[in-house]
Amino acid sequence: MELLYEKSKPGRRAATLPRYDLPAAAVPEDLRRAEPPRLPELSEPELVRHFTELSTRNFGIDTGFYPLGSCTMKHNPRVNERVVMLPGFKDLHPHQEEDGAQGALELMWRLQEILKEIAGLDACSLQPAAGSQGELTGLMLIRAYFEDIGEGARRDTIITADTAHGTNPASVTMAGYKLEKVATDARGNLDVDDLRAKVNERTAGLMLTNPSTLGLFDENIEEVANIFHDAGSLLYYDGANLNAVCGISRPGDMGFDIVHINLHKTFSQPHGGGGPGGGPIVVREKLEPFLPVPAVVRDGDAFRLDHDRPKSIGKVRGFTGPFGVFVRSYAYIRSYGPGLRLMSETAVLNANYLLAKLRDAYDLPYDRLAMHEFVLSAKTLKREHGITALDVAKRLMDYGLHPPTIYFPLVVPEALMIEPTETEPMERLDAFVEAMLAIAGEAAETPELLKEAPTSRPVRRLDEVKAAKRAVVKYGFDEHPDLSAEAGEVRQLEAQKGA
Amino acid sequence: MSQLSTTDADREEMLGAIGVSSVEELFRDIPAGVRFQRELDLEPALSELELVRHLEELAAKNVDTTKELSFLGAGIYDHYVPAVVDAVLQRGEFLTAYTPYQPEMSQGVLQAIFEYQTAICELTGMDVSNASGYDGTTVAADACLVAKHATGRAKVVLAETLNPQVRQVVKTYAVGFGLEVVELPHEGGLTDPAAVREAAEDAAAVIFQQPNVFGILENAPELAAAAKEGGALAIAHVDPISLGVLEAPGHYGADLAIGEGQSAGNYQSYAGPHYGFLASKAEYTRRLPGRIIGETTDLNGDRGYVLTLQTREQHIRREKATSNMTTNQTLLALAGLVHLSWLGPQGLREVGETCMSLGAYAKEQLGLPLAFPDRPTFKEFAVRLKRPARDVIAAARAHGVHPGYAIGRDYEGMDDVLLIAVTEKRSPDDIDRLAHVLHEVRA
Repeated sequence: MELLYEKSKPGRRAATLPRYDLPAAAVPEDLRRAEPPRLPELSEPELVRHFTELSTRNFGIDTGFYPLGSCTMKHNPRVNERVVMLPGFKDLHPHQEEDGAQGALELMWRLQEILKEIAGLDACSLQPAAGSQGELTGLMLIRAYFEDIGEGARRDTIITADTAHGTNPASVTMAGYKLEKVATDARGNLDVDDLRAKVNERTAGLMLTNPSTLGLFDENIEEVANIFHDAGSLLYYDGANLNAVCGISRPGDMGFDIVHINLHKTFSQPHGGGGPGGGPIVVREKLEPFLPVPAVVRDGDAFRLDHDRPKSIGKVRGFTGPFGVFVRSYAYIRSYGPGLRLMSETAVLNANYLLAKLRDAYDLPYDRLAMHEFVLSAKTLKREHGITALDVAKRLMDYGLHPPTIYFPLVVPEALMIEPTETEPMERLDAFVEAMLAIAGEAAETPELLKEAPTSRPVRRLDEVKAAKRAVVKYGFDEHPDLSAEAGEVRQLEAQKGA
Repeated sequence: MSQLSTTDADREEMLGAIGVSSVEELFRDIPAGVRFQRELDLEPALSELELVRHLEELAAKNVDTTKELSFLGAGIYDHYVPAVVDAVLQRGEFLTAYTPYQPEMSQGVLQAIFEYQTAICELTGMDVSNASGYDGTTVAADACLVAKHATGRAKVVLAETLNPQVRQVVKTYAVGFGLEVVELPHEGGLTDPAAVREAAEDAAAVIFQQPNVFGILENAPELAAAAKEGGALAIAHVDPISLGVLEAPGHYGADLAIGEGQSAGNYQSYAGPHYGFLASKAEYTRRLPGRIIGETTDLNGDRGYVLTLQTREQHIRREKATSNMTTNQTLLALAGLVHLSWLGPQGLREVGETCMSLGAYAKEQLGLPLAFPDRPTFKEFAVRLKRPARDVIAAARAHGVHPGYAIGRDYEGMDDVLLIAVTEKRSPDDIDRLAHVLHEVRA
């Protein structure tokens, strides 16, 4: 399919703009643009067709089943898209005076209260723009807290699980901490002996996802929390998997001091092909003074922004965070009300149903009840038939299904990480089971079908190695390279795709 | 619950297949001591109609820019968002997709972001753009880390005329980055190239804003040159809507160009979600944070697009990654691409020229003394009032006009200064009304 720029023709345009009868204002000669940017020149019908055609080459939850593990690809209710477009929300300027933004402030305050209740903690900031920014913000809070009590210099290490999302170690580095990794035991819990050996007076905190990226609830979580708290350290909860436990078990009650919540996972902000997200953090009372500014607070019947927080870490994003995300997530939670538990129960039911149906056809590294997701392995298929997790994923596409997350978590070879979410009906789950079982059969009988897959998508397997080597990252107006002329084996990385 | 499809019969059948007798039993791995024993204390569930009414009530408590004639700016602007943007963003295939990890499922968003990267490179005169950052503040922090690693230096210089929100975020991030932050005072609303030259001597980067926080056009080429003479990277924070009339940072020597994308394609939305853009010269490509889309070919030799240069990223490199970013602002960046494509090069220039003409007209009609006289401005300018700007704002709002931002909130000694933004959505008649109201309230 042609690029916008290849469809462009000088003299065409889609825009009609107001023209006011005013004299032109002069731009100083040395600051004036010499050559116009080569933006595309298309009429509106062709512009609409271009993006419509692009959309048909994309697969969303609206298109079909999307069991991408750790991503919580649930249905996005359309009413949320309607309310976010109310002029009172979409056309509100963030510098509007507080008396002209009471509705927005009230909505944020209400969402904070809800998230505190779900997390089982005392104070909330909605400011972080995504889960990974929530992580970084949490680590900044940990630093500020220990500096405040005079232990800042000593506590220089954060512990993560070897099953952690890559964002955890990356956030640790960005926050200026040293990283220590703890192993996973045979049941898929944190290895408590390894943990005991690594927690000491230098430990600032733990970052943990619970249920873990294996989809398993850590059975020793109370002991784990005690180990850290006894050492004077803090516990950080990566909320990526919160969809499993809303109303069932609260991070604060598990012993966590800081939680980030992925509004784009658990609370249905549409993921938009990569974003936006929202990563609010919820904390124990002793950490509240360090939260980002401004805080959204209630004074009687009025709501306001409190900038006077002398111990605050500062700001991590502009203004008070991605407001439109808050509108959608608030609306989503209000549509459930106190029965939010049913969301998590159904998510866990769906995951266990799939697990029960698939456990004999694929390797199951940890044989336990799953939470909202579970991890299978294609290692036997690989050993016996040379079929990898990547091949299984590609073949699923030919069945009209989005693949699960693959090659993650790293502790499971040939991992297939499957998260159906609660919004899938049983018939969709059954169709996925049928496809997975058929593929396991094909792996033995017609493995070339898997190696050749997909054949039903707009493109065949794409060469990721060539892309990285050639690094063509924009259109070449003067001369666009013809990569098809550069022959070679098509290679995709057997590396994490998803999560 | 309308989101769920599971009937009682389904549930029984599924529990049977799992081999448990109740849903409760599925949670047996959760230790009793951490099981939540009561119902969540949340307000009752709302039907769709009740939900819409409730949110309409909340929205009605806000005074948005359709209710009040607004001249607010200072980083977020009321530009026109064309209808085609809404139409494209509501395509479910874009709206409800995840990050394009599986490229064969995601050619639509991958190609769109490749086209976005191209548009950002064209606007900024850079060689490579990432697929977006969170907003115009966090991309500045990202850029500082690129500069630290590229230069091995541990100090960044921020012009005081850089938006205060951006400076605050850089300062927050700088602690973990191990970066010292130095702020350069402005001289009459402008950044002094000689001061930049001196401060850049041991700095990783100098960040300046064009047009700056007061709406004034900095002598950007001189600032970039001064930063580079000192061995620092020159980073320009720019407004995408200005780049049809103002020179591209890459063409006057900047190493990185960053900015808040909201002006191009996003509603004000009480500050988000929006997108930040980050683009650089080719030599910094492998140090950039976030997703980057690259072109390649498939098994048939046909063109396609993939996430590329992933060895920079957290999911591959973990603690050695250039950033922790995973979720970005793809949908908002797509909105930017659609808006910029709707405008085209001519339209972008016209919007910029219209903003400048309206600004000149407003300066003339208001007849108020400029806070920084004789400085060329783009779509925003600062005027000095006879009394505190906050009082004037309150008085003008009683007449249905929000006259601008009280920049004294951020700058000492400027309590009587009002920052007025004019976009193409404000007509000369609107400006006449602003002038009338400001006169009425004795501004």
